[in-house]
Amino acid sequence: MNVSVDQDKCCGAGTCVLLAPDVFDQRDEDGIVVLLDERPPGDLHETVREAASVCPGVAITVGS
Amino acid sequence: MTAPGHVLVVGASAAGLATAETLRRKGHTGRLTVLGAEPHLPYDRPPLSKQVLSGAWEPARARLRPPAHLSTLEVEFVLGDPAVGLDVTARAVATASGRVVAADAVVLATGLRPRTLPGQETLAGVHVLRTLDDSLALRADLLARPRVVVVGDGVLGAEIAATARTMGCAVTMAGPQPAPLALQLGPFAADLLAGLHTANGVELRLGAAVTGLAGERGTVTGVRIETGDVLPADVVVVAFGAVPATEWLADSGLTCDNGVVCDSRCRAADGVYAAGDVARWHHEGLDTSLRLENRTNATEQAVRVADNVLGADRPYTPVPYFWTDQFDVKLHVHGTTAPDADVVDGDPSAGRFVLTYRRDGVVTGVLGWNMPKQARLRRQEFLGTALVGGKP
Repeated sequence: MNVSVDQDKCCGAGTCVLLAPDVFDQRDEDGIVVLLDERPPGDLHETVREAASVCPGVAITVGS
Repeated sequence: MTAPGHVLVVGASAAGLATAETLRRKGHTGRLTVLGAEPHLPYDRPPLSKQVLSGAWEPARARLRPPAHLSTLEVEFVLGDPAVGLDVTARAVATASGRVVAADAVVLATGLRPRTLPGQETLAGVHVLRTLDDSLALRADLLARPRVVVVGDGVLGAEIAATARTMGCAVTMAGPQPAPLALQLGPFAADLLAGLHTANGVELRLGAAVTGLAGERGTVTGVRIETGDVLPADVVVVAFGAVPATEWLADSGLTCDNGVVCDSRCRAADGVYAAGDVARWHHEGLDTSLRLENRTNATEQAVRVADNVLGADRPYTPVPYFWTDQFDVKLHVHGTTAPDADVVDGDPSAGRFVLTYRRDGVVTGVLGWNMPKQARLRRQEFLGTALVGGKP
């Protein structure tokens, strides 16, 4: 799995961090997404796919 | 229940698409149809009052997914064909073009329709903002830098006012509340928001209900308010709320009362579910019937509906949440607001702070003013992490 984020589209909701704190974080100053792990381990794949699906800014893309 | 063979999703916006995507992600291999009233591929609505309206984004950037991704979902998209009727027993939906689509499970995600003022259809220069086409039409008018009156002091009205002002228009905001978003934010933050708009040159004519439109020879000339004044305008945007798009369900036998009424599983009838703006369901955690018009609810409720379509039988108990961007301020509100509010982080005079709201000493909500991460951390501290997992 290959994860990418679009910081320009991120609205700072933090939905991804609530779901997958090992993969996503937010910048302290403006809440914009920070990608911690571009290639998360297999046991997180389902959660990361959910984070991409529910991201309110449509800022997360998951590739194979 | 056994897994449904064919699932029909009525509505091709955030909630409808997330339902389809989640069904596939969680193993639905049967037929999947998404019916949309608009001709466009699924797109996102929050940018319509901001980036798309201002021109910062091309409309294609507001697409919810790239076309190549949509094709991997193996969804039959039927677009530009509004639903006009539902047969609950047969789980069959009739469309404007005369199509009838029957399925084993039906998900209703038809969203909202903007409220309008009497006679506005007959006057040029009056806009609503719900669809991409609405946004582009309004943008075309705003490019001439007209005098704009925004009718509406909620999230959508305030965002449109801020964007129009940023585009160089003279902007007046009209509405009955004492300050923008007073209902959603409480007096402390709403007063600061009023100050933000005023500092950026928006004229606030609040605290007086709008009573109608003024026009001459088929073109709008102003907005009448209850004081008797007419606020002069070349362009009027009517953004004072919306109603659930349930007219097409009038003969279905479903209970529609400020939305499609659902149980705690977001189920309106056997095999019929609702998600997003159109759904009113019983929130077990808050023990109340709730309908949320916000972006995160669209996708989170869709996830839970997809679970339940596939047989999970789980309640939907989210922490309500919305964000709004106006000028250089980003507001994030988690939970529900209450009369008592305390600054717990940052400094309002510095333009960055976190508020917590309390009722009877219990924190019910958190607001971040240009402090999204810190607000999210407070949410986790006070309201739990639940998205769609369990009770908040």
